[in-house]
Amino acid sequence: MEHPSTGFPQEYLTPGSSFVDFVRAHAPATLPDAHHLTHDVPHDATPHGTTIVSLEYNGGVILAGDRRATMGSMIAHREIEKVFAADEHSTIGIAGTAGIAIELVRLFQLELEHYEKIEGAQLSLDGKANRLSTMLRSHLTMALRGLAVIPVFAGWDHTRARGRIYSYDVAGGRYEEPSFTSVGSGSVFARGALKKLWRPGMDEHTAVSIAIEALWDAADDDSATAGPDAIRKIWPIIAVVDATGFRYVTEPVVADICALIAAQRVESHRGVRILEPGRDGPGNRLPTPQDLSHPPTGENQP
Amino acid sequence: MTMPFYISPEQLMRDRADYARQGINRGRAVIVAQCAAGIIFATENHSQALHKISEIYDRIGFAAVGKYNEFEALRVAGIRYADLKGYSYDRSDVIARSLANTYAQTLGTAFTTDSKPLEVEVIIAELGATAQDDELYHLSYDGSVAQEHGYVVVGGHSEEIRKELAHTWNPDLPVADIISLLCKVLARPHDQEPETPPTPVAPEHLEAALLDRSRPRRTFRRLHLPADAAH
Repeated sequence: MEHPSTGFPQEYLTPGSSFVDFVRAHAPATLPDAHHLTHDVPHDATPHGTTIVSLEYNGGVILAGDRRATMGSMIAHREIEKVFAADEHSTIGIAGTAGIAIELVRLFQLELEHYEKIEGAQLSLDGKANRLSTMLRSHLTMALRGLAVIPVFAGWDHTRARGRIYSYDVAGGRYEEPSFTSVGSGSVFARGALKKLWRPGMDEHTAVSIAIEALWDAADDDSATAGPDAIRKIWPIIAVVDATGFRYVTEPVVADICALIAAQRVESHRGVRILEPGRDGPGNRLPTPQDLSHPPTGENQP
Repeated sequence: MTMPFYISPEQLMRDRADYARQGINRGRAVIVAQCAAGIIFATENHSQALHKISEIYDRIGFAAVGKYNEFEALRVAGIRYADLKGYSYDRSDVIARSLANTYAQTLGTAFTTDSKPLEVEVIIAELGATAQDDELYHLSYDGSVAQEHGYVVVGGHSEEIRKELAHTWNPDLPVADIISLLCKVLARPHDQEPETPPTPVAPEHLEAALLDRSRPRRTFRRLHLPADAAH
């Protein structure tokens, strides 16, 4: 960042509209690249962001993420943010090595803003998605050393007048997802939930509810994903992008939907038999004739 | 043996200054002014694409007159400087003063050592929390910097425009009124009929932007006329 007394160095005055390309040529140490990494980074050495879901609805796209970061089996952060505005018309969510991922998001946001300021026009949605690909590809060495970052990118395509979702792999592979996608440790479960709940032509409110349900199902089976925390009032972060642009779903709205889903789940869980300590464990007493004439009910029975 | 002609340093500098001034005065003037709504930038520009006014950063705007290719390179350098600084430190650490200094160095070096000086004048404006905290820097082709208050005019006929502003300028006017005032002030008489009063600049030919005090984060917005003049 030292500038000689002669003013702007030559790199500043040469044409180009990419911030990343400029910094790579002029101040590479500023970038979150680490090509000099010679050893693998242990998985539990740095916090990892976990589950992101994204889905299309009639009039836009939703991107949502839980709030947990883990280091191995420890919880590293309870309120981490993994869903961001990329610019006014797109959003990015990240799973993987949290420190690198958040830095990548900053850089991506700046890349889009920089282009917009220099060119006086916004990149097309495909242009933004491709730019993210390039940034990930240059990150491949780090990914293979254990510092992988997997983003989901979604935004409003003005030329097609609809929302579009893109998923990525560590090599920068870019895949447009037609209806929904999920990444991160809980994504297997979230994807299962989305598969059953997603319908074409849903409205925004339904789509937000489904995003929360999918994250909840992920949290149910993946210890690295957090469910809504009603005690600490920590809710998933949910972004919406529609024709009017990016916005976050406000906390009270998310809290209300979470409460509603919680009530529904309590209701549907009524009557489900749970294992009773002292009765169902191995080596415990055999069922008495009384038990057999009155089948076990458990406290969950209405 | 031929001897190179001796040119005194004074003469050399004067020639360079005259050369730069002529280039600058050929262009239309740009006005940058503090007002209640923020800092307003305006110039007559018949091109919708080749801007003379630009966003540099969250609260910093740029305006220039002179040779397009030269000030365009400076504008891009300014955006890179600000973006790199904001990325390396924090967005709040990007300030107009250090940017103005770097511009001054670039202009000054070009003026004294390059084969020709840059034919540009640049204004860097930074929006403060209140009008008292606003900063306006006027950079000349020779690298001299001046911090100004109220309003700055650069480019052709800037002296006349400054005089006119001196008795019509009121920072508390609403944006729409300021725009119509600037349209009037920027108008220049026809070369053929210098006696008839000039017709104000048509709104569609006014390039205008505002560092908007009411906006969070990126405060720069282009005023699309005449739609924005309505409110």
